[in-house]
Amino acid sequence: MTTTQTTADPRVGDDPDKARHVLATMWRIRRFEEAVDDLFARGLMHGTMHLSIGQEGSATGSCLSLRTDDAITSTHRGHGHCIAKGASLERMMAELLGKETGYCRGRGGSMHIADTATGNLGANGIVAGGIPIATGAALAYKMQGLDRVVVSFFGDGASNEGAFHEALNLAAIWKLPVVFICENNKYGMSFSTEFSVAVAHIADRAAAYGMPGVTVDGNDVEAVNDAVSAAVDRARGGGGPSLVEAETYRWKGHSKSDKNLYRTREEIAEWRLKDPIVRFEKLVKERGTLSESEVQQIRDEAMQAIKHAVVAANQAPDARADDILDSVFAATTIVSEVTA
Amino acid sequence: MTMTDQTLEAPATAERTMTYSEAVREAIAEAMTADDRVFMLGEDVGVYGGAFGVSGDLYGRFGADRIRDTPISELGIVGAAVGAAVAGMRPIVEIQFSDFTCQAMDQIVNQAAKIHFMLGGELNVPMVLRAPVGSGTGAAAQHSQSLEAWFAHVPGLKVVMPSSPADAKGLLLAAIDDPNPVIVLEHKLLYRTSGHVPEGAERTPLGVSAVRREGKDLTIVATGVMVGRAMEAAAALSEKGIEATVIDPRTLTPLDAAPILDSVTRTGRAMLVQEAPGHVGYMAEIAARICESPALYRLLAPVRRVCGLDVPIPYAPKLETAVVPQLDGIIAAATELMEVQS
Repeated sequence: MTTTQTTADPRVGDDPDKARHVLATMWRIRRFEEAVDDLFARGLMHGTMHLSIGQEGSATGSCLSLRTDDAITSTHRGHGHCIAKGASLERMMAELLGKETGYCRGRGGSMHIADTATGNLGANGIVAGGIPIATGAALAYKMQGLDRVVVSFFGDGASNEGAFHEALNLAAIWKLPVVFICENNKYGMSFSTEFSVAVAHIADRAAAYGMPGVTVDGNDVEAVNDAVSAAVDRARGGGGPSLVEAETYRWKGHSKSDKNLYRTREEIAEWRLKDPIVRFEKLVKERGTLSESEVQQIRDEAMQAIKHAVVAANQAPDARADDILDSVFAATTIVSEVTA
Repeated sequence: MTMTDQTLEAPATAERTMTYSEAVREAIAEAMTADDRVFMLGEDVGVYGGAFGVSGDLYGRFGADRIRDTPISELGIVGAAVGAAVAGMRPIVEIQFSDFTCQAMDQIVNQAAKIHFMLGGELNVPMVLRAPVGSGTGAAAQHSQSLEAWFAHVPGLKVVMPSSPADAKGLLLAAIDDPNPVIVLEHKLLYRTSGHVPEGAERTPLGVSAVRREGKDLTIVATGVMVGRAMEAAAALSEKGIEATVIDPRTLTPLDAAPILDSVTRTGRAMLVQEAPGHVGYMAEIAARICESPALYRLLAPVRRVCGLDVPIPYAPKLETAVVPQLDGIIAAATELMEVQS
């Protein structure tokens, strides 16, 4: 499979505004995840979380292809998707710290952040759970006559769930404006795709549903953006769904309990050399799109933004329990809609 | 029938009657006419008209876009409905047999039920899932279950069991209005039963129990197909001088328990009837509510459950009727309950 060249013109690394945005987004994701890791290690955050360090390229490159009123569904490893779609760092951090000001008022935590203002229809704690939902949202937009596209993020593990196959088939027969993005990070928890999948590429599965499938280097932001932009254009133009597989790697364990028994230090070290952020910084500097001082400024700003989010979130009030019974059902007959 | 003939022959106040399945269909048609966001999806709901004939001519009236045939893909169907609902539509999913909800449980239980709460109120899931339940058709264990207690046990789902054509329409309209996921369980044996159904878009509110009959001696609580059977039993008991109150909760979640507790307080005797197996069934909840209320002190006899046996629904007709409450068994249980001296 090869990367499809697309309508995204000029390419991300050649356009100073896009390059700034992409680099800032990737650094915000990286620093957010590191802050979460640190807070957890120091006992200042409870629960569990799934960090996406090393996968910033696919989330950022994909969301760059979308309009604000386009929608996404995300996964348990979803902080990067939320940030790339434009979520507030402070409200995300507040949620992870169990605060009333968090996206879910402390009811959801790390795996359940949704943000209708930025078209985020929600992360999901169930592997493949968001894929049919994305398909349904795409059906809604099509029936409403809107030209919105939905992106569904999921991992390699999800592509072995029935929900993946049912949703891709529905999207294909109904020609829905949805792009399925498989972030193949090589492991479903501990189980390697070497053993869990018999096809050479997960994108090959697209053929079974009569839709295009493409595999790209997920740590190459430009490649991701090119492929996803082509798929989004096709979906928006009425051409139906596509499957994009972004090959990437998570540096950290699956969750907090992971002892990395299923992979070698050498493998991790090898992938750390393919850091999508370092790679993009090198590219934009070589092309003269951004200078080292501009890059450094972006890094500093990301660090400041995360520090601010942690401080502000810590100062917020804890989640309230007094109205918890009233939170189970929606009380009004007004339906939330994703708005631009 | 034509209206002209009716007007000529019947007085103006004549009750309009229709079958339960016609009432469901009328509710869907009225909701779809009133609101572009409402659409229906499911297996064979289109030109086939639904496995039980419920969607009937809706495909011809509303077209393939809004009466949407789906592949045999329950998880995908329900997931698509959840997604459409969060994105501003009002889907009505038909699952061909309620047993097949097992294929879609992740989307029902982990997604639809929890999204509003878990996401801090950021999204609503205004979705209706209709499914036929129950035994009596010789379809055996995988096409005959009554799984209402499962759904009622999950916070975030509303669960409705209409027992009459009027409620089949009124409760469905209310379910479609509701901004939450609502599971509507329709008993197969009721589809062909007839009854009065009001003209127009009259809603039966969710969370209001119906007192079907009032009597001083005994309170019978029954759900779904058992409401009719309980009413027949009550008529037979009346001939023996036993007057029963019959209460149909109609919505299992939210439950309107007050009329049940009030009635039991007055009669001192409670008999709880369901088709589903008794063990950890919905009527166990009703029994617990009675026991947790002051009605307990007024009981003249232990609470009596009359339920399906704790077995899968068998095939042979004699076996099938043997494992769920029948009229004679309900009458016998009520008679026994009346004989208990406190």
